[in-house]
Amino acid sequence: MSRFSVPNIKISGIAACVPKDKESNTDYDWITEKEQNLLIKTTGIEERRIARKGTTTSDLCYAATEKLLRELNWNKEEIGILIFVSQSRDYFLPATAIILQDRLQLTPTTIAFDISLGCSGYVYGLSVISSLMQTTQTKKALLMAGDISSTSLNKRDKSTYPLFGDAGTVTALELTTENQHMDFDLKSDGSGYEAIIIPDGGLRNPITPDSFVEREIEKGIWRCNRDLKLDGLAVFNFSITKVHPQIEHLLSESGKETTDINYFVFHQANKLILETIRKKLKIEPEQVPYSLLKYGNTSSASIPLTIVTELKNEVETQKLSMLFCGFGVGLSWGTVILELDKIKCPEIIEFS
Amino acid sequence: MDIDGFIKKVEAEIEDLEPGTLTADKDYREIEQWSSMYALILIAMIDTEYGVTLTGEDLKKTYTLRDLYHTIQSKL
Repeated sequence: MSRFSVPNIKISGIAACVPKDKESNTDYDWITEKEQNLLIKTTGIEERRIARKGTTTSDLCYAATEKLLRELNWNKEEIGILIFVSQSRDYFLPATAIILQDRLQLTPTTIAFDISLGCSGYVYGLSVISSLMQTTQTKKALLMAGDISSTSLNKRDKSTYPLFGDAGTVTALELTTENQHMDFDLKSDGSGYEAIIIPDGGLRNPITPDSFVEREIEKGIWRCNRDLKLDGLAVFNFSITKVHPQIEHLLSESGKETTDINYFVFHQANKLILETIRKKLKIEPEQVPYSLLKYGNTSSASIPLTIVTELKNEVETQKLSMLFCGFGVGLSWGTVILELDKIKCPEIIEFS
Repeated sequence: MDIDGFIKKVEAEIEDLEPGTLTADKDYREIEQWSSMYALILIAMIDTEYGVTLTGEDLKKTYTLRDLYHTIQSKL
């Protein structure tokens, strides 16, 4: 069963934090100027934010959370769950969410744990936190999502380096009696696990000196086994065949048409993928916001980041019907339909 | 669909390419502007225009635009 509905949970606020340092793809001198122009035109990515050495994903999420909690005026003692969705955790162990419980001075009664997912992670995180809130009748909870991907990229790999940016986000959720519900559809296909992978460093391939030896894979693509590897064709094919049927199915199961949805907020993979999906769904460009241009692919942060940077005014002042869809590393993909009703959405925070 | 129309659509996707430059027997990887990015661009165009999703494997088996055209036709 991959489709289900969680009643009586609402999103009360979303905040995002990015590193202050920008890197532009027009300065990416590993490729020619012509290649830069084609890259920017095709992927839609002009600029990315890069964390300084020592900055962690949890630092970005922490800054976003302190800001959002102040705006929401929440009492920290009321928060009962903290989930941290990331593939760039502070330590191999313990889980980063537990460290954040103490750093944020939440009570020891807080349920805190990590979820290791990337592109689909925000939607999966929403499903887990809302279900757990419902089961435990927890009134308030925090979902953090984000990654610092830049440390896993090889500058001499044109197939990954210019695509990814760093970001951390937080989403505040509450139990509600306002008849709001979230409809989910979640799927997995582990046969594609090698499409996006960091091969060495886990237990399957422990680190050896060879893990750091850079090899030329093809022209313009050098990397070692500790770097992120991305099979662009496989990911592209997966994205344009699996995503739109899931969305169409969930819409029809929820009794909705594409015109009933104000905004489709997609994981910001790249423009070519998203435009192909948009055309398949026959939805208007105005319904599909992009944060790619200034922030690139920010992994599990990309959906909340796009809301903060592109829809701040709309989500703060209106009641909106939204569809979020995340897809990628795993392979894993998930879609949720929910309402946002005048939520708190502070300006994006810059971390230095 | 016809092959001339297909070639025109390919030409339209490639930057700085004069219309009428490409022929059916052109090895498309030898187009001067070719880069791996164009593999994705062509797959996207073919998917949108013809409703056929080609895989990386499909592409590997083709050399000329005529090969590509036949592969699309076989999947229509």
